[in-house]
This record gives sequence, C-alpha cells and structure tokens, in this order.
Amino acid sequence: MDILNALVAFLNFVFIPGLAYGSQLALGALALTLVYAVLRFSNFAHGDTMAFGTMWVILITWLLQSVGITGGVLPTGLIALPFGIAITAAFVLATDRVVYRFYRTQKAAPIILVIVSTGIMFVMNGLTRVIIGPAEQNFADGARMILAPNDFKEWSGLAEGLALKQTTLITVIVAAICVAALFWFLQRTRTGKSMRAYSDNEDLALLSGINPERMVAITWIIATALAVIAGTLYGLDKSYRPFIYFQLLLPMAAAAVVGGLGSPLGAIAGGFIIAFSEVFVTYAWKKVVTYLVSADMAPEGLLQLLSTDYKFAVSFTILILVLLVMPTGIFKGK
Amino acid sequence: MNNRNLLMFAGVALLFVATGVFQSWNLSLQILIIGVLSSIMALGVNMQWGYAGLFSTGIMGSVALGGLAVVLVSGNPVPEGWAAGGPRLLVSLGFGVLLIAAAVYLYNRMAVGTARRTAMILLLGAGFFAYRAILDPAVTAIEAFNPATAGNIGGLGLPSLLSWPVGALFAGLAAWVIGKVALGLRSDYLAIATLGIAEIILAVMKNEDWLARGVKNIIDLPRPWPVPYEVDLQADPTFVAQAANWGFTSIEASTILVKLLYLVVFSAVLLVLIYFSERALNSPWGRMMRAIRDNEVSSAAMGKNIKSRHLQVFIIGSAVVGLAGAMLTSMEGQLTPSNYTPLRFTFLIWVMVIVGGSGNNWGAVLGGLLLGWLWLIVENAGPVAMGYLTMPLPDGVLKAHLIEAAPHLRLITLGAVLLLVLRFSPKGLLPEK
Amino acid sequence: MGEPFLIGDAMTGGYGASDILHDCTIAVERGEIAVIVGPNGAGKSTAMKAVFGMLSLRGGAVRLNGEDITKLSPQARVRKGMGFVPQTSNIFTTMTVEENLEMGAFIRTDEVADTMAQVYDLFPILKRKRHQAAGELSGGQRQQVAVGRALMTQPQVLMLDEPTAGVSPIVMDELFDRIIEVARTGISILMVEQNARQALEIADKGYVLVQGANRFTGTGAELLANPDVRRSFLGG
Repeated sequence: MDILNALVAFLNFVFIPGLAYGSQLALGALALTLVYAVLRFSNFAHGDTMAFGTMWVILITWLLQSVGITGGVLPTGLIALPFGIAITAAFVLATDRVVYRFYRTQKAAPIILVIVSTGIMFVMNGLTRVIIGPAEQNFADGARMILAPNDFKEWSGLAEGLALKQTTLITVIVAAICVAALFWFLQRTRTGKSMRAYSDNEDLALLSGINPERMVAITWIIATALAVIAGTLYGLDKSYRPFIYFQLLLPMAAAAVVGGLGSPLGAIAGGFIIAFSEVFVTYAWKKVVTYLVSADMAPEGLLQLLSTDYKFAVSFTILILVLLVMPTGIFKGK
Repeated sequence: MNNRNLLMFAGVALLFVATGVFQSWNLSLQILIIGVLSSIMALGVNMQWGYAGLFSTGIMGSVALGGLAVVLVSGNPVPEGWAAGGPRLLVSLGFGVLLIAAAVYLYNRMAVGTARRTAMILLLGAGFFAYRAILDPAVTAIEAFNPATAGNIGGLGLPSLLSWPVGALFAGLAAWVIGKVALGLRSDYLAIATLGIAEIILAVMKNEDWLARGVKNIIDLPRPWPVPYEVDLQADPTFVAQAANWGFTSIEASTILVKLLYLVVFSAVLLVLIYFSERALNSPWGRMMRAIRDNEVSSAAMGKNIKSRHLQVFIIGSAVVGLAGAMLTSMEGQLTPSNYTPLRFTFLIWVMVIVGGSGNNWGAVLGGLLLGWLWLIVENAGPVAMGYLTMPLPDGVLKAHLIEAAPHLRLITLGAVLLLVLRFSPKGLLPEK
Repeated sequence: MGEPFLIGDAMTGGYGASDILHDCTIAVERGEIAVIVGPNGAGKSTAMKAVFGMLSLRGGAVRLNGEDITKLSPQARVRKGMGFVPQTSNIFTTMTVEENLEMGAFIRTDEVADTMAQVYDLFPILKRKRHQAAGELSGGQRQQVAVGRALMTQPQVLMLDEPTAGVSPIVMDELFDRIIEVARTGISILMVEQNARQALEIADKGYVLVQGANRFTGTGAELLANPDVRRSFLGG
C-alpha cells in the first residue's frame, strides 16, 4: 500500500494530461457550439479552421524568432497568437460573405450548410497543406518544465516523479481566462446578451431590432478566436499536424453534443468529460494499482481497457450514448 | 438519356482522350479505372443521399471493410497463425455478439429506470472484461507467429472475385449495426456519428494486427479473374510476338492489356449496378423513397415506416460502396490501411455525387469519372503547372516549396468545385428527373 | 374627426400567390383598444401582421399618425413606435425576465431603467421573478413577459396576437385588466382575440373579419348588442 506514490502517478499520467486535453477540447467545443447556436449548423470545417489558424501562429512565430523576438521564458507562439487569430478571422469572415451568407438568406436546410462547410473544409485543408505542408511541426519554445520529475522526486523523496510542463499550465490558464471572458461577454455585455437572444429566438430578436448580420460576424470572430487558441494550445502542448486537427473534430463535436449543442456551459463540461474518459479508458493502470495493492497481488497485465489508438471510440461511444439517452445533452441544448 | 447528358459524357470522354494523347494512355486508363471505381462508390452514396436524403460521412469505413474482405477471403492462408488462436478468437467474437444481443434484449425487456441502468452497466462492464480475457490470449498467440511476415489469421485463399460480394456483405452488416443505432438521429448528428464510426473501423484495421497485419500491410493479394499478371504476359512468347506485330513493346502492351481488362470487368459491374438502381429508382419502392426524402412528416402520416426504409437504403448503399472497396483492394493487390483518408474516400465521393447530380444515377457516374479525373490529374499536372508558374522565380526554398506543395492544390480545387456547384447549380450537372 | 392614429386602409394581400386579405380595413385611435375577432381562418392574424409589415400588400396602405409606412420593414415600424407581441415564441426562454426586457429595449440608446420600473409596476410578479429564466414561468407570466418586452420600446401602439391563447380564464381576466391599464397610459392597443366576447367587452372598437374581409365594424358594445354578431360569432 503506497497511496502517495499512487496518487502522484495518477496526477502525473491521468489528471494533468486530462486537464490540459480537456481545456483544449472545451475551447474547441465552445467554438463549435457557438456557431451552432447562432448559425444553426454543425461546422465541419471547424477542425481545419484550427489547423489553418495554428499554421499562421506557427509561421508568425518563426518570423518573430527570425528577427530575434521571442517570448523569453514563455512560448513565442503566445505573441503570435493574436496575429494568427486576426488573419484566420478575416479569412472566415470572407468565407461567410462569399459562401455562407447566400444560404442564410435562402434559409437553407442545416444539412445543406453542413455540406457547404465540407467545401470550406476542403479549401482550408488544401491551403494549410500548400502553405505549411502536412508534416508535423513543433513550435514550442521558452522554458519547458515548471516542475521536472527528478526535482519532484528529490524534493518529495517519492519513487514517482511529477512533471508539469509549462505548456500544460499555460493551456489551463489561457483556457480559464478565455472561458471567463466569454461568459462575462455573454452574460454582462449588451452585445453578448443580444447574441444569446438571437440564438434563443431569431424572429423575436429581429423584432427587437437586433442586427442578424452583426450577430453572425461577431459569432464567427469569437468562434475563430477560440478555435485558433485551442489549436495553438494543443500544438504547443503536444504537436501540430493538420490531419490530427481534422480528427479532433470528432471529440470536439462529441463534447459539444454531450454538453448540449448550443450551450456554452455544456461545451466546457463536455470537453472535460470526453477528455477524462479518453485518458481513463486508454491509460494503463498497472502502475497505479501496483502501488495500491500488496506485492503478491500486483497485476500482470497493463490494466489498459483500450489501446490509445481507440481513443476515438471513447468519444464516439459517449456521443452515441448521450444521443440515445438524452438527445439534448446535459445542459439542454437544441 | 437526352442530348445534354450525352454531351456531358462526351466532354468527360474527351478529357480522358486528351490525357491519353498529351500525357500517356497508361495514365489515362489508370485514371479511368479509378474513375469507374469511384463511380460505383458514388452510386452507393447517391442511394443514401440522392434517394433517401441521408448524409453519412462514414463512406471511408465501407470502403475499408470491402478491402478487409479481400484479405480475409482471398489472402494467403496462415495455418499456423490460425491454429495458434483462431478457434479461441471465434469463441471470443461469438461471445461478444452474444453479449451485445443479451444487452439489447435486456434493454428492451426491462422497465426504464435505475434497475435497468445498473443491469446494463454490470452486464456490459463484466462482459467486456470476460471478452478481453478470452480474446487477448488468442491475439497474443496469433501475433506471436512469425510477426515479420505474418502474425495474422490469414485468409481463405479463395479467388479474388469471391471477395467482392463478401466486401459488400461486410459493409452491409456494419451499416445494419450503425443504422440501428444512428439512423433516426438528426441529420447533422448522423453526420458526426458516421464520421466517428469510420474512424473506429479504420483504427481497428490499423491496430488489430491479427486481423490483417495492421499498418504492416498485407501484400500479394491475388488478382481477380480474368486479369493476368504483366510478368506472365511478358514471358509468354505468343503475346510478345503479337505485341511486336502491332508495334508495341511487350511491357507497353502488357500494362495496357491488364488495365483494359480491369476496365472491362469494373465497367461491367458498374453497368449491372446502374441497371438495377435505375429499375429500383423507377419502381414503387424508389418513388416511395423519394416521397419520404421530400416530406418525412407526411410520409410518416401516410403510414410509411420511415426508419426501416432508411435502414434498408443505408445498408444497400453501404454494400455498394463496400463492393467497390473490395474491387479497389483486389486491383491494388495490397491492403494499406493508412491509405484510407476521409478526404479521399468520404468527402471526395460526396463531391462526386453532388457535382454529378444528387438523385441521378448517371449523374453519380459522371461525377465519379469527372472528379476522379480532376483529382488525379491535378495531382499529376499540378507540379508541372506550378513549375511553369514559378519559372520567373529564382531557384530557392520558396520555389521548391511551391512545387512540392502543388499536389495539395487539388483539395482547394475540389472545395471550390463543390462550392461553385452548390451555389450556382445545386442540382448538379445532371439534375434528377 | 380626423384619421385614426394607426390605420391599415383597404389592405389586400397574402403570403403567396393567392390573397388572404380582401380590402380589409383595421384602425385604432390613440389610447383606445381595438379588437379583431372572427372565426378560424378569417385572416385575423394575417390582418394584424399586414399592419405590422410582415407581409407585402398588393393594395391598400398602412398609416401611422398620418405618415404612410406601407413600405417599412417590421423593424423600422418598431422604431416608429409600434410594438408587436407574436402569438407564439414571444419571449427569449433561456434568458432571465430582466434580460428579456433589456432585449426589448435593444434599439433604445437612452436610459431604460424608468421604463423597466414601469413594466415592473404593471406586472409586479415579473419583478419578483426578474432573475429567473423566462422559459420556467407559467403561461400567464410568460405572456406578461412578452407584453413587457414589447412595452420596453415605449411604443405608441401595442399589437397583441391572441395574448390569451392557452391560458386559464382567471389568468385571461387578469391579462385583460393589465391591457386596459396599458391603454390608460395613452398607448393604443390592437389585438387579435379568440375569446371574442370577453375581448369585445373591453374593446373601444371591434372588427369582425370573415374570409379576409370586414363583416361587422363597431364599438365593442355595439357588436355585443348586434344579434347577427351574437348568433354567428358569440354563440348566441
């Protein structure tokens, strides 16, 4: 019985990774859910918007580094982030003007908008591959570790190390700031309230004099900002690969649906539910259990429910269960 | 078919002729064969979307299952691997099926409430561990045998043609399960769910080495009758003499002959499928399908069982895609799971259907051929064109990068084509009648 | 006597190719209550929506305070001083009562606290529930929110499409009392009602529509006294 070591192993391999991944998913799911709430369709180009935006952040990071500007101990990517958001938001607003607006005035069926968004997905995916290529990129610089496993071992005298990457901490802090800012905006500002009103009841919002085009534009800007932030945090914390970002669409969509599509609070809860489920199911619990039971009872196998390659199965299963059991999600979306 | 349609097909034919004249006939044929296969897939998707209005983004999964069928039916047997764990594997899979059947049975029998929820969690939780306890030793045993070249259960070694209907069967079975769960969900939920299922099917194929060696790939799958191997032809004196007679080298002649044979076989399958889909579309069944698609509410009010109709067409459409997937793998002679990407095997097929004309079988064929051509030609011609475009640039990183990136231009091209068609000709090139 | 404050004059039009309204006239004087009644499918709501600009007219005109507003969009009419309470989906269900009122005042740039206080005075229950989501309220309270929301623009005329649909008789009486109170503050009321008798009892002016045309017009009392109206539309 070695509860302390078990706890440290749990924190190190399950809790901290789950927290970081959950924050990234939550931001991505928030963007998806906002677009759904206001524009009323599931945006299939969402993953590629993340990839596209993060690409600009990477390119600007390189540019800054080449002229000698860095973030010091912090990743340079954080300085590049606002520029990446601006470029991507401009692009997304242009796609809205050229593509989506036409279908909006036509009051096209949501499924048509979904198909249209796959067209945008192709274009953004292609642009990303042409500009930066499909290969993996690492752009995290600055201090790597806030807490190194060996330092922790020396300090605590435990056998298990506890690592805290700087990018993990940044992820959680930035995500918390974004969520707080978004909720302040939605709950306290006139524009935010009018956005909620528009999402709640479009016709009545029109009657009240709310300008729909303005709502749509603001939604795209906020959603794009969240997507690029989520993408940059994911890229800093793990690594950047356009295809992985496309695949993130599934867990993010699952998170948004689990929480209730259209509900910002739900998207955040959903993000953490999906992330922790994935980590729980794909983590090999052998180490933690070995600390907890007596030596002769130590498990032989890895105690891994599913190999990490099946993490998509986790978000998918949760998605299907929620859709079948409570289709409006935890926070009663639409 | 009216004149406009014939003109469209003539236009596409011209593209292939031009490719043959200006590039090479081998390339043109190659693209045409892929185009025909894509047309079959598009036909299957058209059944789901065009007839019934179901938006599934899991097409890649059906294609991959078709490919898997080829490996299991006509791949080389691995008797040692099978003996090591095959029977136990079957037991575990049978147990898994029974477990799910029991869960479904219980779910339907028990009253809604905590008792049912607890029973489900206990049954499925305990069942999962029991299943893994049976399965895992079998997998370890199979994968232990000669992992460098085998490590899988092997195939049955049967002729490749037989694997095609099995591919359709696999995809159809999967579609049945998926449809039972996901049909009836709102359209965008169905899209997300099917996208997930396709990723899971692919994850299984990449990671379950015992099944088809995962990312280590299976090679040397036999060719379907009656397509011969080029090396055999080149070793055949009468063929070499005949080729020389016509003024070809034996290499040229053999590669072209093989491609022509593939083209004939695949086209025959395509035509048979079109024949049956046209008949189905114009039958009472087809009219009912379209009635349901155009107005679900009133069709339901008229007593039509929408869910079971949807399930039916979802299964048939997926089976057609699975058939094409099997044909593709048996032509390529190898199964490479990492080649299955959603852009190529889900969304490209979608673009084909929409550009060709949703609800029109010939439209799906036209879209398949046209975009199949566009997809491969932009890949091939993109770098060339970029080479010309970047001529004035000095040699350097930028120029090299642009030329290297040029194949990806096809994604932008396709996205643009899809958006333009949706915007200006939403019914596609050959609109539904 | 000059022209009424708001008049939809000889309106002809409909949603599609066929007309629903035929030469239909609806008007309301300043500070008075006008009620549109009639059988199902008579075009009552359509007439009101036509006055509010939610369908395009092929003939006739709408004038507010003498100004021709026929070509204005509903949003523009809100800015001109018209408030509209739709029959259904007339509140923001996920937002609090207070937020509903704030959204009602969206087009105003001045201070809205006084108006909100007036609405709370009119509907005291709303003040107590002001931080509650409007969707959680009872049917009658939701209608109060809907009316309150429309009052936030300080309209000169308030248009209500079947405000008492689906509420209990007691709640209906209370709503009517409130509507009379609103009219006393000088706001004109134009209202479509299913409950013809009760509505005509509080009406200064009543319009009985049949098949999109005026059948009977008079003061509420006149119509209630008219034997034809009684027999055909008030159930004897």
